[in-house]
Amino acid sequence: MTYQNVNRGRSKKRSGYLKKKTEPYLYLLPTVILMVVLLVVPIYMVIQYSFFDNVIINDNPVFVGFQNFQELLTNESFWVAVKNTLIFVGGSVIAHMIIGITFAMVLNTKYIGPKLKAMFRVIFSLPWMFTAAVIAVLWKMLLNPNGFINFLLVELNLSSTNLEWLASRDLALFSVTMINIWAGYPLFMISILAGLQGIQSQLYESSAIDGANHIKNFFYITLPQLKPILISLILLDFVWTIQQFALIWMTTGGGPIDATEILSTFIYKQGFSEYQYAMASTSAVILLIICTIVAIFYVRHQRGQE
Amino acid sequence: MKIKNFYNKGILNILLMVLAVITLSGCMGSGGDSDSSSETGTNNDNGSNSEGDSDEITLEFQQWWGVELPDGVLREIVDGFTEETGINVELLSNPYADTKTQIAAGAAASTMADVVGLDGAWVYDFAKQGSIANLSTLMDDSGYDQNQLSDQIQVDGNTFMIPVANFAYPMYVNMDILEEAGIEDIPETRSEFTEVANTIYSETGKAGWAIPLSTESPSGIQNNFMSWLWASGGSMLDNGQPNLTDNSDLIDTVEFMKGLFDDGVVAPGAYAMKEADMVEEFTNGRVAFMIDSLAHLNTIQEGAPDMNFDFVPVPVQEGFSGESGMDVANWGIGVAENSEHKEEAWQLVEYMMSPEVNAELAVYANAFPGNANADPDYSDADDLFLKAYELYQDSNPVNEFTGLPTSEELMRTFAEQLQLYIEGDTGEASEMLSETQSIWEEAFE
Repeated sequence: MTYQNVNRGRSKKRSGYLKKKTEPYLYLLPTVILMVVLLVVPIYMVIQYSFFDNVIINDNPVFVGFQNFQELLTNESFWVAVKNTLIFVGGSVIAHMIIGITFAMVLNTKYIGPKLKAMFRVIFSLPWMFTAAVIAVLWKMLLNPNGFINFLLVELNLSSTNLEWLASRDLALFSVTMINIWAGYPLFMISILAGLQGIQSQLYESSAIDGANHIKNFFYITLPQLKPILISLILLDFVWTIQQFALIWMTTGGGPIDATEILSTFIYKQGFSEYQYAMASTSAVILLIICTIVAIFYVRHQRGQE
Repeated sequence: MKIKNFYNKGILNILLMVLAVITLSGCMGSGGDSDSSSETGTNNDNGSNSEGDSDEITLEFQQWWGVELPDGVLREIVDGFTEETGINVELLSNPYADTKTQIAAGAAASTMADVVGLDGAWVYDFAKQGSIANLSTLMDDSGYDQNQLSDQIQVDGNTFMIPVANFAYPMYVNMDILEEAGIEDIPETRSEFTEVANTIYSETGKAGWAIPLSTESPSGIQNNFMSWLWASGGSMLDNGQPNLTDNSDLIDTVEFMKGLFDDGVVAPGAYAMKEADMVEEFTNGRVAFMIDSLAHLNTIQEGAPDMNFDFVPVPVQEGFSGESGMDVANWGIGVAENSEHKEEAWQLVEYMMSPEVNAELAVYANAFPGNANADPDYSDADDLFLKAYELYQDSNPVNEFTGLPTSEELMRTFAEQLQLYIEGDTGEASEMLSETQSIWEEAFE
């Protein structure tokens, strides 16, 4: 073997080693580039904007440090939006869970035939198929003071007057939360149904031998078995609901006055109505922090499961 | 074999990377491209606003008019421009709200279409942002005769928008409801209106009046509230600045509005109602009076072909005998500051404002022309339209929100304060107006 051959062999080995080392990174590169362009850069820009007096419309924005955050946190409207968001998100997530479990258990019962079960599964899943625009139009018609819901309530003597579901300060937040609950429960229902089908029947059989009733079964077998799915769903639903914009915007626009103003509508108005992009970015950063905290919990929970 | 596999993988890898780069370039390059609703002129296939291999120029024209005009009309009009000048026009037509959001995003990112449809309420903000071009300069450079324009929307003495078509906001009245309630005389003053609205409610159970006060689209303040003030010769401004505090005309109007709400004669759901909802209520025969755009005339006629309705002047304050103001909204036109073809863009504006084209557009849009020399042929128009035209000609066209800073936000804050007053949270009308004034002043700083 000549010296040259040895060298060629070494260099081939080295380039092979390099290729082997870099190969995984090359596979990752397209995803990394996409994430940087579509995720990291916009997030970085929004965070950067939040530290300037006003951006985009101002050619020479001035760095103001945390002044925007200070201004925002002392803004009464912001806290109204936070309060409404908490009610909207909290109400939606809790109701999604309760309705989801209930419907999933109904659909999982052995007392309904398979054909009927399949039909109900399709019907109960329908709201999940509609877009926010369709849901908003549909419910605006149903909740119109002269609409079907009021007609039913008056006919059944449950109300003496036509209620202004979306136009009353006392009812509007409740109404939009109800609409969101209706629109979002099927995800819980379908996921929990899958979870219920995964619970081993032996657990129920042995509990029956021990004399446990349905309630005890639910609390000591069903719920603990569903816990991992429920926690994941709750965390995801929290993040999705906190970002809900279209539904609120198309039904009430955040009104009457500020009765249904949530963080997303508050940010939109600051950006596209007042052209205060820096303040809108500041609000968005706060929303980002909240979502990130929830996301961390979600990831930890997922890892814990693994 | 392994080496072969490795090289196969390597080639696959490179291919994937190339694909990713192409995809990304596609994503980045698509920012200024047309959306799904765009239509390009017959002479152009590339759909871009840059010069092609030849010296062809394609202008992007973003507006909401194409959606509201009969199918193909706007395309036909701009094709005439292409025939005349050889400049292609790509229409980006979307509904009003989407157009606003897209133009605002374009203004922020300097990717605005060359020519844009504008609402007077947006002009100040886009002009201050430097997103729309100074039309005064373009007009001077081309030696354009400005006297033929019925109006120009200016900021700091410079024109940034030219109204192409004016839409009047007369008062619609459902004559069937009036007949059902036994009312023979049309109300001419506010007190008469209150009386008539109360009679309608007590006799028929229907609403006498409707006002959309949704904060999502707060134009109800401009079109349905301020119309009452302007009809009685009032003003919300003084030398271009807010004049709400201690404005007796405005105090009367606010109190009059609260009176209607207190009497229960206003269509329910006003705080979440949008203009389209109000039109629907009227079309369904549940509301006797409403102030609305003449542009909805056909919609109402098609929705309720048997309904007998008419146009009447907006009732005025007791004792007022001057010329009434009538609210007008515009389809305005402007040129983007970021346009690389400002001269050609101005040519398109000039073409749209030429008497013949402007008259044609006005007829199709059920509007009044922006060119004072235009002579629209309304001979085939509906009798009701002609009556509204007469009312318009007898009135003083007015819209004080045009050209104000953050106009939409001003309307929104006014709507919120008005709702607080109607709900009783604010004790006095003067207090409500004073609070609104302080909020408005921040926008004018």
